[in-house]
Amino acid sequence: MATAPAAETAPRGAMAPEPYRVASRAPETVDTWTLLLEPLGAPIVPAPGQFNMLYAFGVGEVPISTSAAPEPGGELVHTIRAVGPVTQKLCATEPGDVIGVRGPFGTTWPLEEARGGDLVIVAGGIGLAPVRPAVYHALTHRDDYGSLCVLVGARTPSDLLYVRELEDWRGRFDVEVGVTVDSAVGDWHGRVGVVPRLIPGAAFDPAATTALVVGPEIMMTFTAKALLEQGVPKERIYVSMERNMRCGLGHCGHCQLGPMLICRDGPVFRYDEMEALMGVREL
Amino acid sequence: MQTLDEIVAESPVFGGLEPAQLQLIAGCAHNAAFSKGERIFREGDAADTFYLVRRGRVALTAHVPGRGDVTIETVEPGEVLGWSWLFPPYTWHFDARAVEDAGVVAFDGACLRGKCDADHALGFELMRRFAQVMIDRLQHTRTLLLDVYGHGPGS
Repeated sequence: MATAPAAETAPRGAMAPEPYRVASRAPETVDTWTLLLEPLGAPIVPAPGQFNMLYAFGVGEVPISTSAAPEPGGELVHTIRAVGPVTQKLCATEPGDVIGVRGPFGTTWPLEEARGGDLVIVAGGIGLAPVRPAVYHALTHRDDYGSLCVLVGARTPSDLLYVRELEDWRGRFDVEVGVTVDSAVGDWHGRVGVVPRLIPGAAFDPAATTALVVGPEIMMTFTAKALLEQGVPKERIYVSMERNMRCGLGHCGHCQLGPMLICRDGPVFRYDEMEALMGVREL
Repeated sequence: MQTLDEIVAESPVFGGLEPAQLQLIAGCAHNAAFSKGERIFREGDAADTFYLVRRGRVALTAHVPGRGDVTIETVEPGEVLGWSWLFPPYTWHFDARAVEDAGVVAFDGACLRGKCDADHALGFELMRRFAQVMIDRLQHTRTLLLDVYGHGPGS
């Protein structure tokens, strides 16, 4: 496996949550918020692709990918969609509230391995959040990569995350940004269609490309097919998987997918490791 | 500047056809332009033309009472707009509007239908190629029907 290996020993902060104060809460869409969390103890430092377990005291824990590189003061950035009791509670926090954080957990995006080649980043829906740290890494180390394509899909224009950042990235001369939505009304002048359709028109050398794909599983499957059709090798396509992660340490087994434990062996996997498992209906 | 013959020969939908067939198709074509916001065709109107988008973006829309015009797909440069010209009742199923200034090659579908009737080899080739266009659109529509972002888990 080319992604960073899971830690042999649990990271500090793996078992007991560290207290973090909500420094700010910013709306992204009607149901999605970005929390800036400042550490009250020793900071947790996740790498791009990893996740933390966020604990809404008295309600429960959820795994949420880091959506930005850690700030200089150790602050964490997490973008959360309110879809259940825990995420709804987290999204309803106010500045000053304290939540618990365990982590960091899981494998990372293969940004070192991708150096020297083209980088294609494909995100669907809230999937842009887990891959945003990889985009920033590539922008910060722009000379390390060839073409940089960021292809983003969402359900509607109002469901797009980080719109201002997408505009900023699109304004650069060294990044190709493609945005599409599944349907649109009103004055949307952008593209309408599914995100895999952006791939044939993107400028990259398939044989020298590393692709990072994150979004709903079916979207990742279609995207991987489109990348394969363009000639991107299967082992250079990476997907970020999601299952019902509880412990984050590979102990409880809730996130088992065949022989894999998503929290320990993932969430970032090479597509050739995941392709067969993603096609098993019973899993 | 490319001639119509060259544009037709290099287009994905017509690429690989015999020179005589390409010449015949190009004989039914002319360049056209639509301004941003201009309607290209309207649902229910006669579908006697189809288009090869060369620049700009075209939206296929459906009018939904209470929601207005909903864009269900955009057609991008290099793609074909319209296949209703090939099948009865030869009427458009959706509206098409230029999202931005668009340059297209417009093909006289009624003329080509006549040529397909007279030349079945040409008819087969066009039917095969537009079947591919329709399959692509069908697969796209099926993917959209999955509404993959509608109930997706959090990040």
